Amino acid sequence: MKVRVLVSLKPGILDPQGKAVELGLHGYGFQVEQVRIGRLIELEVPAGDRAEAQAKAKAMCDKLLVNPVMEKATIEVL
Amino acid sequence: MQVAIPTFPGSNGDHDALHACGAVMGWDTRAVWHREDRLPAGTDLVVVPGGFSYGDYLRCGAIAALSPIMADIRRFADRGGLVLGICNGFQTLCEAQLLPGALLRNASMRFIHRDVHLRVERAGLPFTRAMAVGQVLRIPIAHAEGNFTLDPDGLAALEARNGVVFRYSSPEGDTGPDFTPNGAAHGIAGIVNERGNVLGMMPHPERAVEKIAGGDDGLWLFRSIADMLSKV
Repeated sequence: MKVRVLVSLKPGILDPQGKAVELGLHGYGFQVEQVRIGRLIELEVPAGDRAEAQAKAKAMCDKLLVNPVMEKATIEVL
Repeated sequence: MQVAIPTFPGSNGDHDALHACGAVMGWDTRAVWHREDRLPAGTDLVVVPGGFSYGDYLRCGAIAALSPIMADIRRFADRGGLVLGICNGFQTLCEAQLLPGALLRNASMRFIHRDVHLRVERAGLPFTRAMAVGQVLRIPIAHAEGNFTLDPDGLAALEARNGVVFRYSSPEGDTGPDFTPNGAAHGIAGIVNERGNVLGMMPHPERAVEKIAGGDDGLWLFRSIADMLSKV
């Protein structure tokens, strides 16, 4: 099953990369109030059902994909 | 005195650490490839070196933290062995949860490489026993991700247990955001675990061991370790 994991910085964690992109967008005349940059991880997970795929992806997040000090994850089974 | 220096694909501070521990300090120093699952018998000190292990893929140090040699470094630390993580080595020890916190992108978004001043916040550790609290060291940094971050409760606990070993400072020892090059919380440049045997720091003491190369304040740290181990 395809699983999509969206890793984003927790609120309050400074995102200098997002800030730089925000300034770049301002440079092109776009109105934007905040830019936060995260990471999209697509997984192909062997699983019998969606709950199993979700649980496996959660375990992968806990073990490696996410650093809970600074990041949070949203898991989406497609 | 025997030193092991784990080497990962993308390490680039390993040879500086080999030089500092081997040629300068005169210790029996061995590089250990990341696929090894055991440190050499008789290891007294592990120096996890700087660099860009595994290309900094996913997060700095995240993949190195899972390498076979790190499992034995964890056992070595659990037995009370001395572990020093420098720069990417500090990031790796955080990812391995041997130290709290994480190192984020520098607030300026830039890679910073220059000498900084560090105020010694904790003396008496195996790594700092030759130093005095308030002493200022001049040591280079070279990193893009040195912005130390920890949740407010964790930060308070770290300060309360005197876990901060080095703070960025002025040459006179003043601390604060003005003297912190990378945005690190509380100006933190180096921390130690509760037991006092695992130290992580962003600055490079192994690149400050000879006056001819710009300064030798890093020797304070290596001489502390020598002093410590000679008394075991």
